[in-house]
Amino acid sequence: MRNPYLTAGTLIIGVLAITAILAPLISPYDPARIDGKNLLAPPSPAHLMGTDSLGRDLASRMAWGARISLSIGLIAVGIATLIGLVVGSIAGFYGRWPDAVIMRFTDIMLCFPTFFLILAVVAVLEPSIYNIMAIIGLTGWMGAARLIRSEILSLKEREFIQAERALGASDARIIVRHLVPNAIGPVLVNATLGIAGAILLESGLSFLGLGVQPPTASWGNILIESKSTLGVAWWITVFPGLAILVTILGFNFIAEGLKKVIG
Amino acid sequence: MIAYLFRRLLGIIPVLLGITIISFIVIHLAPGKPATVEQSLNPKVSPEIRAKLYKLYGLDKPLHVQYADWLKRSVRFDFGDSFADGRPVARRILERMPLTILVNAVSLVCVFLAAIPLGIKAAQKPGGRFDNATTVAVFVLFAVPTFWLALLLMQLVCIRLGWLPISGIKSLDFEYFSPARKVMDIGWHLILPVFVTTLGSLAGISRYMRSSMIEAMSQPYIVTARAKGLPERTVVYKHGLRNALLPIVTLVGLSIPGLLGGSVIFESIFALPGLGRLFYEAVMTRDYPLIMAEVVLGAVLTMAGNLIADISYAYVDPRIRYKG
Repeated sequence: MRNPYLTAGTLIIGVLAITAILAPLISPYDPARIDGKNLLAPPSPAHLMGTDSLGRDLASRMAWGARISLSIGLIAVGIATLIGLVVGSIAGFYGRWPDAVIMRFTDIMLCFPTFFLILAVVAVLEPSIYNIMAIIGLTGWMGAARLIRSEILSLKEREFIQAERALGASDARIIVRHLVPNAIGPVLVNATLGIAGAILLESGLSFLGLGVQPPTASWGNILIESKSTLGVAWWITVFPGLAILVTILGFNFIAEGLKKVIG
Repeated sequence: MIAYLFRRLLGIIPVLLGITIISFIVIHLAPGKPATVEQSLNPKVSPEIRAKLYKLYGLDKPLHVQYADWLKRSVRFDFGDSFADGRPVARRILERMPLTILVNAVSLVCVFLAAIPLGIKAAQKPGGRFDNATTVAVFVLFAVPTFWLALLLMQLVCIRLGWLPISGIKSLDFEYFSPARKVMDIGWHLILPVFVTTLGSLAGISRYMRSSMIEAMSQPYIVTARAKGLPERTVVYKHGLRNALLPIVTLVGLSIPGLLGGSVIFESIFALPGLGRLFYEAVMTRDYPLIMAEVVLGAVLTMAGNLIADISYAYVDPRIRYKG
């Protein structure tokens, strides 16, 4: 246990990932199956987490929701990190006007009231899983870009880069093979925290009805029903929220652990 | 300093232009039309009337002309009329502003009142029992979706225990209350929203306070203060705390965008008629003028927050001087 954070985080996320991947096999019911005889049934051996107001099995919906949350988190952050890497390394490596233009644009994006923009975009584009992945990714790359830029600024003057240049390596090769791999550490930590942020954002959007649309289950949109079942069916409020909490805790643990590994 | 301020204020203009252009394009290029226009698209409405409606809202012109028109009006603080009820957007926003400002300002005060002592205590013995306990608490608090916390508390405090009203800002018989009772009533309704908003930013700021305090307490002047025999209280509160507070002051400005975003969710959970809820309504009905005005407002507040952060940094720490 040299790195308890990393161990705990990996364990949590590992279990979640397995649940998400195996959801079709392990979920006891079809997550969309409506059962008129079992409306708002409390947790029982038959329905481990109870049922919702349409009689759908909450445990099954939660397992399928894990797929949605994890894939939105991973893909949104994948998009953001990729954009950040490309944009940041161009700015850091070439300096001068490309740097000025890119960093100016980054400043503009950082002043964006992001949540407002995401809401507006999702509402006008009709909310869907893919739109959410794209918009979270497109509005979340600035941190990664700044990190990679500052790392490259200090790396590019080092001897091994000059040696590579003297050997006649192309710019692209220097960036991709030498600069990015050496600068990737902080970006990874940032990305891990970003996954947690994206999952939280998705759950908030879905809760507002502007995220994943029913009948597809997501932890956020299960919680919509908790407003109308307040005081009647605690399980609808408690389980999805706990799932979000544990997931975010897991990613934050991994990020903390990675920080120790790198730093 | 004045020259610096002037330059920063000038620098806001291109950023604001960039933000409004991007938002304008994104909002207008999307398929679909505003709800009010959409509703009038029922078969009973003739094409002529539909064209008239489009013309009335300027939706028939090319996008860059629409943007130029919008910009010309906006620099005079005329953000047009809301599609939803035809009233000026600026007035609708001003109506909703006080509540959002009230909730967020009160929460911000609560956050600092709680975070500063927590940070000091944790910093006194880094790695000690209290520090470790708060570290765990902070990790959990960071991971809690605050809107879920709001739902849980509503369930527990409002429904199970019946201690607090569940939503809105006024009781049903509000009209008949005396002025003092009216203030009490609103305060009563705002306890839970303020509490949840406070918890939302408490984790981050108490962590900052902790590291800032640890940093301050490791400085040579603390050794000096101890060496000349000052009581520990004076060392901690007069020499340590004052210096540790410097970086924390700037967080007030930087926390503005987060608070704005959070108010969209909280105000819709607690049914509070504030800016966040107004934005949600605007988005749901595709009220373009209202959406644009709120995006501008959000951007201006974000930039103002950044500027306040930089200025207060220079103000509390005379070593920092911005050149004009």
